[in-house]
Amino acid sequence: MGLTGPAVRRPREELASVSAMSPNWITTRLDFLTNWARANSLWPMPFGTACCAIEFMATAASRFDLARFGMERMSFSPRQADVLICAGRLPFKLAPVIRRIWDQMPQPKWCISMGACASTGGIFDNYSMVQGIDTIIPVDVYVPGCPPRPEGLMYGILLLQKKIKGESFTDDSLREERPVGPDGLYLPPDRVDELSEPFGNSISQTRSA
Amino acid sequence: MPALSPSIPALRDAFGDVIERALVSCGDTIAYVRRDRAHDVLAWLKDTPGQEFDYLTDLTAVEYRDPERPLEVVYQLRSLARRADLRIKVALDREEPLEVRSVYDLWRGADWLEREVYDMFGIVFQGHPDLRRILMWDTYVEGHPLRKDFPLRGHFSRAEQTRQALAANPEAHYSLEELSIAEAFHELPRDMRERLRRGERGFVR
Repeated sequence: MGLTGPAVRRPREELASVSAMSPNWITTRLDFLTNWARANSLWPMPFGTACCAIEFMATAASRFDLARFGMERMSFSPRQADVLICAGRLPFKLAPVIRRIWDQMPQPKWCISMGACASTGGIFDNYSMVQGIDTIIPVDVYVPGCPPRPEGLMYGILLLQKKIKGESFTDDSLREERPVGPDGLYLPPDRVDELSEPFGNSISQTRSA
Repeated sequence: MPALSPSIPALRDAFGDVIERALVSCGDTIAYVRRDRAHDVLAWLKDTPGQEFDYLTDLTAVEYRDPERPLEVVYQLRSLARRADLRIKVALDREEPLEVRSVYDLWRGADWLEREVYDMFGIVFQGHPDLRRILMWDTYVEGHPLRKDFPLRGHFSRAEQTRQALAANPEAHYSLEELSIAEAFHELPRDMRERLRRGERGFVR
């Protein structure tokens, strides 16, 4: 499995796609380089809807200074963003909005779900709230807390950087777009129901109560 | 025992038994008004010298847990000049359609308040210029969430709720005015345009 071997016998046009190759010395070095660059220049798209956004602003401000982690620029346009940070609860009314923002972000892209409400619906287990944004868009890192302290968000960002540094060119599934399907959901309906199940104190409440 | 607001005797003189009852609760005077004359009473309270309730602090509704009790529409009035408050309630019998006349023509601020009450309780405000949902999206079909017969988590499954929410096309349901505020700049009064051009955001008279 080196440069010599199958690569020599392939026509040139097949070699044009690096991702078509199996992992070898060149791709792993390229992976290292691109992942190093990607992980250390994440431009966040802040989607702040509630109190988590206040902690997010504190994280970005001078005391905690997100710029130390390469997040120098908040990208308020999804077209120039790498990581969507959903800071706060997401009502159903905003579900099509965050879905469109996610669809507008170019690959490679990641998502951090900041706080209990974005991750699970939190205390808002009611008619108007999305029970976890992972029923709407794929999520890479969940940051617990209500709201998480800036240290918590930074730990989530460091986890995301670690995850990015483990990615590989040759794995196309990482960059696969998962659009909303013909049934109007991006996950199977029973999966959405399962993710939205009540938990904690609210399990004793029935749907009809 | 705090005294009734002096507006109550004046109201009784002017309207008689339209004022069903009046009481004081936590220092606030509450007057119950018959539904068919509610608009007249509110207009009288706004325009009569000595009353001048020129500010509608809030407009909301109450449904009680007791299924026998009627729904109530609540008008919280304030006279800025006299520094006086008054609460008017209109009971809506459950046997009849939940309808009451809009007070948009008296207080423009009632516009969104009445839309919210319509959205949450399903009370129809007759004569409102633009009565549609305001908090829930326009294609929301599960009902009116603050009614007591509405389950906390809604009627549909989470998957169905998510599907309907994702299918809502938000841009399609805004009126043209809401989408083109910037384009309406030239329709503003001249002095307002000049203030906006200078970057002024508001002023105190």
